[in-house]
Amino acid sequence: MIAWKKPAAATLLLTLAACAQPAPPVTQTVVDPYANAAGGALYQGDLAGGTLGAEATPQYFNDTVGNTVLFAANQTALTSEARTILARQAQWLNTHTGFSAVVQGHAEETGTREYNLALGARRAGAVQEYLIAQGVSPDRLRTLSFGKERPREVCSDEACYAQNRRAVTVVSATGAGS
Amino acid sequence: MLRTLTLAFTMALAASLPALAQDGPLKIEITDGVTEPMAIAIPAFHGDAAVAQQIRDVVAADLTGTGLFREIPRDAQVARPASFGEAIAYEDWRAVSAQALVSAEVTQAGDAISVKFRLYDVYAGQAQGDGMQFDARATDWRRAAHKIADQIYARLTGEQPYFDSRVAFVQETGPKDARIKRIGVMDYDGQNILWMTDSSSLVLAPQFSRDGRRLVYTSFDSGFPQIRVLDIATVSSRALTQDANSMAFSPRFSPDGRWIVYSREQGGNTDIWLMDAASGAQRPLVQSPAIDTAPSFSPDGQRIVFESDRSGNPQLYVVGVNGGEPSRISFGDGRYGSPAWSPKGDLIAFTKQVGDRFHIATMRTDGSAEKTLTESFLDESPTWAPNGRVVMFTRVAPGGNGQPRLHSVDITGRNMRPLSLDFAASDPSWGPLMP
Repeated sequence: MIAWKKPAAATLLLTLAACAQPAPPVTQTVVDPYANAAGGALYQGDLAGGTLGAEATPQYFNDTVGNTVLFAANQTALTSEARTILARQAQWLNTHTGFSAVVQGHAEETGTREYNLALGARRAGAVQEYLIAQGVSPDRLRTLSFGKERPREVCSDEACYAQNRRAVTVVSATGAGS
Repeated sequence: MLRTLTLAFTMALAASLPALAQDGPLKIEITDGVTEPMAIAIPAFHGDAAVAQQIRDVVAADLTGTGLFREIPRDAQVARPASFGEAIAYEDWRAVSAQALVSAEVTQAGDAISVKFRLYDVYAGQAQGDGMQFDARATDWRRAAHKIADQIYARLTGEQPYFDSRVAFVQETGPKDARIKRIGVMDYDGQNILWMTDSSSLVLAPQFSRDGRRLVYTSFDSGFPQIRVLDIATVSSRALTQDANSMAFSPRFSPDGRWIVYSREQGGNTDIWLMDAASGAQRPLVQSPAIDTAPSFSPDGQRIVFESDRSGNPQLYVVGVNGGEPSRISFGDGRYGSPAWSPKGDLIAFTKQVGDRFHIATMRTDGSAEKTLTESFLDESPTWAPNGRVVMFTRVAPGGNGQPRLHSVDITGRNMRPLSLDFAASDPSWGPLMP
């Protein structure tokens, strides 16, 4: 929340100066309507003089929209929770058309290296397909698979495996390289 | 008679061995039954070369490392001949229960060495096969030792040998969630490591060409998985695929080196494709809505075994090199993967996951006679010794600090042992016997 003395009050003071009894200065609080938006992001666009808001950043996409969806063991079907996240991703991508995305598919360590590369590719493909169905232009989306090469969690238990069976949507400003 | 064989590393000749004497009376029959290791005496080599004893030790390590030979202890050897040419006192060797005896001499002139050896059948009281001489650069003394061990192994087992061969592999360093990988090539016993890639990009699963000159592998060099071919002599590589909208991985050469079979992904679906190694022309071989991956050629180049989950979970299938309907060959419980066709043509080694345990196993090429060789938390990526008798594979230890290590096992399931390396490694590919 930002409080400051409103400059317009000066004009008012000049007008009132014609009278013998000047009124006290008017103090007003400017309320930022975005300050309490989801995730607590602070709207800075107009104040900063720029045109980009906090929403239009990869960090916002990662932290607030959600860049990761999880899969069941050996499965590539999207869960309802995954669809909810992907619907938000699609909405964000459809709003922020200056960004493109690479969808990275991953698998847990059990399974052969080759099969897991293919499994990760299929998971990335499922995400890509869903985003396209939600209106995201195919030429803004690429996919790749890391198979089991880049786990998010490193333990050899289901708790970690569940976090590693994932597809991560990595967004970047178009032209800034993918 | 003493034959001379020169180790010629630059000759463009296919690997070949002199005719092996196989009519000797002394022979190990390698069967699935319990085999008593053959007692072999390898007394100190004659000659003044500084590397003579190192060569002896490598010969002994090669032979005993198979599990098929037991070395007569040095302190029991009372009868070492005074010189290489001296007559053998067979009764003295029989007294210490030696069945076979190796006598050898190493001479050095400048940076060239010469190794002469003879093999004797102690009980028959005669030489087994011809004496042979290997000439090599002094720096290649290990190869000369492997050549001698190969001769002894072949004469005593009747099998083709495998010691003078190399293995390509992936070295792994760094934490599990940010692993750094690079490709190396080493002697089959972990010595003489040569690095083929730096650690700047993720690389996976190198595979030797049959002539041992090239590797194909998967690289994330472009940011996306693509296949590359690498010339070992010049350590130079180039991309074979660069379609940004299509991943390519798990490549292998055809036996004649003209084709590369690999996995190609389009729109999330992975199929088997063939590429002309010279022109780069590509065509699909197996296409289905299922995952089709991990292809491996038969040694006659006519068939390809691969892994597919078209039945619901991964199983092994065989397809002709000209296409057609693949036939399923694995029907057991569990998930089958990463098949490798034996260079002898008789067996296929593969990874099998049953529950939360992994196995290296073999089956005949029609899927019969499945035989489990190993069991652990995670065993995978089997590769064949050039004689089809030994399988090397990756064994991964569980947990956040779990490391992959290379192991080898005889196809009887015996003699499982880790390769002696002082770093973590995975994805072995066993190259051919060298000329």
